[in-house]
Amino acid sequence: MARRDTPEINAGSMADIAFLLLIFFLVTTTMDIDAGISRRLPEKQPPNAPPPPIIKEKNVFEVFVNKNDDLLIENEYHKIKDIKQMAMDFIDNGGGLGNPMPNETEKKECTWCKGAKDPTSSDHPNKAVILLKTDRSTQYGTFIQVQNELGRAYTTLRNQLAKEMYGETYTEMVNKLSKDKGNESLKTKIDAIKSMYPEIISEQEAN
Amino acid sequence: MSKFSKKKKGMPAINTASLPDIVFMLLFFFMVATTMRETSVMVTNKMPTATEVKKLEDKRLVSTIYVGESLDKGKDGDGDKIQLNDKIASVSDVRNFIFAKRADISDDEVDYMTTLIKADEKSSVGTINDIKKELREINALKVTYSTNIGVENE
Repeated sequence: MARRDTPEINAGSMADIAFLLLIFFLVTTTMDIDAGISRRLPEKQPPNAPPPPIIKEKNVFEVFVNKNDDLLIENEYHKIKDIKQMAMDFIDNGGGLGNPMPNETEKKECTWCKGAKDPTSSDHPNKAVILLKTDRSTQYGTFIQVQNELGRAYTTLRNQLAKEMYGETYTEMVNKLSKDKGNESLKTKIDAIKSMYPEIISEQEAN
Repeated sequence: MSKFSKKKKGMPAINTASLPDIVFMLLFFFMVATTMRETSVMVTNKMPTATEVKKLEDKRLVSTIYVGESLDKGKDGDGDKIQLNDKIASVSDVRNFIFAKRADISDDEVDYMTTLIKADEKSSVGTINDIKKELREINALKVTYSTNIGVENE
């Protein structure tokens, strides 16, 4: 009874095959994660839509980036780093009655605002509109910088409020939610903060 | 004497039996951590940097539009160009591009679709506004301006 052993398979070229596959994947794939500033465009209005309600001048914060990438806030020249503070002062002013909050019908004052309560500035965060005007030939990079600063203004205000109400910042809460998708109570909290400082940015092309 | 002279000179061969394992490990890492490159970019693409960014999670629901100057100016000419899929297109093609993307997605997910605008920081806002106008017409309202993720410095 001669028992023949199966000859051992030569695995020497295994490494070569694996390297080939590895290099293929290195070349054809990318590692970058897409990230960016999210905005929602306004809905298209039907042609016979009623004209939009008139917004009071004091509730509009106009930021204009002209074709030379100069920044004009309420028709005055400013630097990009000034926008955040000015926008925060404007949003957080709380000088009057706001629109009714969700699930409420009455118009109420902003009880959480810490602003100057200046009657010539915005009434309420949910009435405060930021109007971002750009020229056609404004550079996109500048536009994004301004958008980023405006976003930071909202995030800072939301962080402050969230810290007071729930003891952790808004950014932390959002990060937590992205790890734990089904957390309903956290979602309710985030929505509450969002409704207290809603992000109202209107983009417009100047002509 | 012969007892000593038999000893071989030179280095012993290194055992490479575990080399495939190591390479496979690397291979699996790259397979899991990366995504396939779908299009080759034909326009300049140096994105601006921002800190207030949101990551886009579901690649399936994202349609990407590239904006920038053409890398092959002799063929496409100067100025901002819009790239859809693998070719330079005009603003009016954006509509069909989005419709084509929508066709692959089930109806209840259409509302979650995002248009990712990957524009060069040197391109002009006017081009972006034209795209946005077109997107508004077809009710593709979620837009993300693609940026690099920056570090906040206070």
